[in-house]
Amino acid sequence: MTVTQTTFRSAILDSQQDRPLGLSDAEGQPAGRRFDVYRNNVAVSLTDALATGFPTIAKLIGDENFNAIAGIFLRQSPPASPLMMHYGAGFPDFLRDFEPLAHLGYLGDVADLELALRQSYHAADTPPIEPDALAAIPPEQLGDVTFTFAPAVLAFQSPWPLHAIWAFNMQDGPKPEAIAQDVIILRPEFDPEPHALPPGGYVCLTSLRAGDTLGVAATKATEAAATFDLGALLTLLMSGNALTSITIST
Amino acid sequence: MYDAPHPPKGLPNLPGVGYKPQHYNDLIANPGSVGWLEVHAENYMGDGGRPIAQLRELTKRFPISVHGVGLSIGGEGPLDSAHLARLKHLVDWLNPTVFSEHLAWSTHDGAFLNDLLPLPYTEDTLTRVCDHIDELQTTIGRQMMLENPSSYLAFDESTLSEPDFLREVAKRTGCGLLLDVNNVFVSATNLNYDPKQYISDYPLEHVREIHLGGHDEDEDDHGKPLLIDSHGAPIVDPVWALLDHTLALSGPRPILIEWDTDVPEWPILHAEAERAETALSKVTA
Repeated sequence: MTVTQTTFRSAILDSQQDRPLGLSDAEGQPAGRRFDVYRNNVAVSLTDALATGFPTIAKLIGDENFNAIAGIFLRQSPPASPLMMHYGAGFPDFLRDFEPLAHLGYLGDVADLELALRQSYHAADTPPIEPDALAAIPPEQLGDVTFTFAPAVLAFQSPWPLHAIWAFNMQDGPKPEAIAQDVIILRPEFDPEPHALPPGGYVCLTSLRAGDTLGVAATKATEAAATFDLGALLTLLMSGNALTSITIST
Repeated sequence: MYDAPHPPKGLPNLPGVGYKPQHYNDLIANPGSVGWLEVHAENYMGDGGRPIAQLRELTKRFPISVHGVGLSIGGEGPLDSAHLARLKHLVDWLNPTVFSEHLAWSTHDGAFLNDLLPLPYTEDTLTRVCDHIDELQTTIGRQMMLENPSSYLAFDESTLSEPDFLREVAKRTGCGLLLDVNNVFVSATNLNYDPKQYISDYPLEHVREIHLGGHDEDEDDHGKPLLIDSHGAPIVDPVWALLDHTLALSGPRPILIEWDTDVPEWPILHAEAERAETALSKVTA
């Protein structure tokens, strides 16, 4: 009786299935709950990995709910690679589509933020520009500069008070108000930090990352939000060591 | 068959510990009895950030053993070429003292199950495991060590004992062996054989590292003891006794304390390393 790995794997992920035949204890009796050790190891280790990767989601829905939902997710989406640091890339969309949690519409965006925090944590190290590099640019040329960004810098838009939800749960921040909040993740050294982007900030950032000059990006941002504050955005980027090169385009 | 161009490098015959980031400052301040560190390969496959920075610093101070937990050497399918390339990249830049992996599988049909799953010991699986080890050793350009698993059940189709299987793997591939003494104790209890006999049957001449760790206790359907490898508890006295028995036969070896879940404060982990140092002091080369 050969036990194939297809059979073994399938029985591990589905505890409703019979345990494979051909596995025994020392007396030659069927392995029984000895096989369940593997079922348990797999389910617990993957659930733990998700709980470690999505602590805000666990806090929002409670550990018991989280473990039950993780159990469903891990069975339909087991890791595709041995790099557990990337496990759960499909969890945000899974949460968005999970009918029983449809009333918590922000969960998918919160999970995106937690995934991005992990991605930023493991991103490549790149030396930032000198603190005075921006100040050294002649004012008349400021509109012509372009930047490159550290790979640890990640940004996204949300119709939810995304940063406030994260801060309320993870940093004892104030109760979130019903506003839309775009978020940028900065990693000054080794610890990624989410920041709320001011109005127009996401537009400016996206434009800069696409290679537009500061002048072009600022104009687009002001068109999107009249209150756009370029100085505040640049200060935030500099404080987070987000910029890795500055070039005056000619 | 991997022919090492020179006598392979080895870890010192001292206690080592599985590295946990929460112990970084303690290790830098005073490693005490700890003479080397082991890291899980897959935790250092990101592009940068704190894990890589810490490892760069630690490798200046300690011999490093890289322990892979995700290659699925016992898998029915081919090895994951992307993962082989990642292992090669890590070994190339870090240049660790040794590299080891498991006699187990974890990936099948594109799914990684994050556990060390068992395989039967037959001529077919022997050939497959040897082919995979050859491929790995050729890719990374160095000898690896293969670790014996914790077993909870037996395959009816097995025709070889575990020590015989491992002896043949070492002979055919030129790999070294990593002997996990806790795994021997767990498997011997679960499958009702004498752990000392297992050690006597084991090809100790190929052992270049020993692992020790804690396990949990459960029962099977018939009320018989079922020990579960957990790396989350102190090492029990019978495992320390089995270590003494092993060292008396093998001579001194590098000994790793593995504690991966419910990781304790540094003084508790260090006390286990001190106990390994005492065990080593009782044997001579």
